[in-house]
Amino acid sequence: MEFGLSEDQRLMQDSVGRTLEKVSSLDRVRKAADAREANAQDIWHALIELGVPGMLIDEAHGGMGLKLLDAALIAEALGRHVAPVPFIASAVMAPIALQGAGSAAQQEAWLPKLANGEAVAGVAISERAAGAREGGGVTAAGGKLNGKALFVIDFAAADIFIVADKTGGLHLVKASAKGLTKVQLTTIDLTRSVGELQFDNVEAEPLSSGDAKRALRRMLDAGRVMVAADTLGAGWMMIDKAVAYAKERKQFGRVIGSFQAVKHMCAEMAAELEPGRSLIWYAAHAFDELPEEASLMAAHAKAHLSEVGRFVARTATEVHGGMGFTDLLGLHYWFKRIGLDRQLLGGPERVRHEAAVLQGWAAD
Amino acid sequence: MDLAYSPEYQAFRDEVRAFIAKHGKDAPRRFGVSRPSGDFLAWQKLLMANGYAARTIPKEYGGYGAEPDILKSRIIAEEFANAGLPTGLSGQGISMFVPTLLELGTEEQKKKWIEPTLKGEVIWCQGYSEPGSGSDLASLQTKAHEDGDDFVINGQKIWTSTAHAADMIFCLVRTEPDKPKHEGISYLIFSMKTPGIEVRPLTTMTGHAEFNEVFFTDVRVPKTQIVGGRGQGWFVANATLKHERGMLGDPNQAGTRLKEIVALMNKETLDGQRLIDNPLFRDRLLQLQARVLAMQFHGLRLLTAATKGEDAGLARLIVKLQGCELNHQLAALAIDALGELGVLYGDSPHLRADGSWQHRYMFDLGLIIGGGTAQIQKNIISERGLNMPREPKPAKV
Repeated sequence: MEFGLSEDQRLMQDSVGRTLEKVSSLDRVRKAADAREANAQDIWHALIELGVPGMLIDEAHGGMGLKLLDAALIAEALGRHVAPVPFIASAVMAPIALQGAGSAAQQEAWLPKLANGEAVAGVAISERAAGAREGGGVTAAGGKLNGKALFVIDFAAADIFIVADKTGGLHLVKASAKGLTKVQLTTIDLTRSVGELQFDNVEAEPLSSGDAKRALRRMLDAGRVMVAADTLGAGWMMIDKAVAYAKERKQFGRVIGSFQAVKHMCAEMAAELEPGRSLIWYAAHAFDELPEEASLMAAHAKAHLSEVGRFVARTATEVHGGMGFTDLLGLHYWFKRIGLDRQLLGGPERVRHEAAVLQGWAAD
Repeated sequence: MDLAYSPEYQAFRDEVRAFIAKHGKDAPRRFGVSRPSGDFLAWQKLLMANGYAARTIPKEYGGYGAEPDILKSRIIAEEFANAGLPTGLSGQGISMFVPTLLELGTEEQKKKWIEPTLKGEVIWCQGYSEPGSGSDLASLQTKAHEDGDDFVINGQKIWTSTAHAADMIFCLVRTEPDKPKHEGISYLIFSMKTPGIEVRPLTTMTGHAEFNEVFFTDVRVPKTQIVGGRGQGWFVANATLKHERGMLGDPNQAGTRLKEIVALMNKETLDGQRLIDNPLFRDRLLQLQARVLAMQFHGLRLLTAATKGEDAGLARLIVKLQGCELNHQLAALAIDALGELGVLYGDSPHLRADGSWQHRYMFDLGLIIGGGTAQIQKNIISERGLNMPREPKPAKV
């Protein structure tokens, strides 16, 4: 019995963390956000050097063949450094879809390119994961897709999209496909690209070589764990920044971090957020080793981190006082990252309902 | 990450299960509130003989003498909990005094007190808090002045659970009034039958006298009955408090409570609808389930750190605060789901679960305050976990 990270995992976490600290500085993030860079190339290449885009792709297709817990550590680091690069869709959800339901030819065509960072994949499953809004939903007939998909993840830089239709079938669509219209959506979080796909008789390849329903479920579970881990990383950075600021800022002749009102805010943030780490570790471990628990644990990790993440985001901002509210300090990039995480792949109320259904406590 | 137990531990689990299958029927069903009953003493003896109680206490002091093995201790706790059986005796003597004595007692003290305490023959109470010294425990005023070979104690303690039933007390008293507050305290042990001790039950908001006040008037205690030396009491007490905080906020208790609420919400109805079918109560249940799971996995993480001899740091410091609050919130949900039935108490008609949800809701608030208040916990988390500055000393008034 060992509930913790291996030496290899700690080393990987350290090296990715150190790299991102260098390449994904606040100045760089601000530049990427201002320019709406969907994929900050210097950061992306640093991550390619570390094998991040292919970490979940099997070695036969040029990846590292690692587990979801490893990916969760990366997602945490990316959240911590609000890194403006694709990850959740391109390195986690799309490879899971291709490996679970893609044909040998589809895998051969795309997995090596995703693994070496030559290609980026977006994922369009929001209507299945979070519910349909604004008339969203895609229908598939005769190898053609019609309709629209909102809140597509890792959108702008994508060369291909994995699209779920209304019945849960999965399709591979090239970004250059005829009849496909891409509409960039602007969210509060300018570090990640989210968009809308409109389909007018768009040619698509079905992902139908495995169990597509199961592949969709696995994509969703994995994606939810990643979003939770992103919030964990972003949340801890906000706590660290709040503590550092409170130890520096003086009022009434003393550092504000010596006032109990401020110390208790920091203690509450840490106490609320830290157990979420263990929930994420367990959910990620379950994804690979305890499949019967995977969906429930992913749902709980997603919903719980959404709640404690919101608390941390607002409280850390308050600890910074007026400065926390300014653009100058840049704390808002983390606040907004956590804000987008909360809604992506299902808000907490919806995800908890799914958790109830999974346990037979509610009808579907 | 490997959640499986190795063959050695699986074999140990099988051993525990075999013991439970054979002896489970002999287990006493109800805990004594104060003194263990005869059947409980017999159960304790059986558990000690088999290494399921006093497991790691050295043999020369009456224990089983096993090597400390956190995983085996956990397996015992899990299997007994799954079978709904009481584990060995606990209480302040076994959980706090014995570990303290093992760490800091003299050989003579260990020989004399540990074995009868483990067997449940000697019951202890803890004399720490005073009316004027709660969170600021080191300011305690109960005085012990020297008179020949004795200390003579005068003062008052409060929140002394089991004092009415205890044989002995381990008690913090001020022996060096001229020294700074942390250096003037000694840790004395003496009989509760010593002349000059008066115990008054302290009824709490639950309606039960879970605690007592203890008054000392010229109580004479031989100077030899000190643990850890004169003026060392604060250091000794901190060793004890460390053991107490380990007892509070146990996530497995929250897990048991969650299961009870799920059963309750599946059984009880409102306007003919099961409570579990009410989306508002169900959503609260799910929110708390995530918290229970997070704390249980957090507990596994701390367990792994402990088996490796690592200090989990901040992760360890948050357990009391989060665990006690979570238990309180669970009781609150059960009460709200029961609605008007949830406020029934005492021996009322229509009472559910003996009124235990209200009792727990109130008693948990006591636990949030006791053993270091939530606010003291937040000071500890911020100062030791986040390295934030201590409150500056105020100007003398």
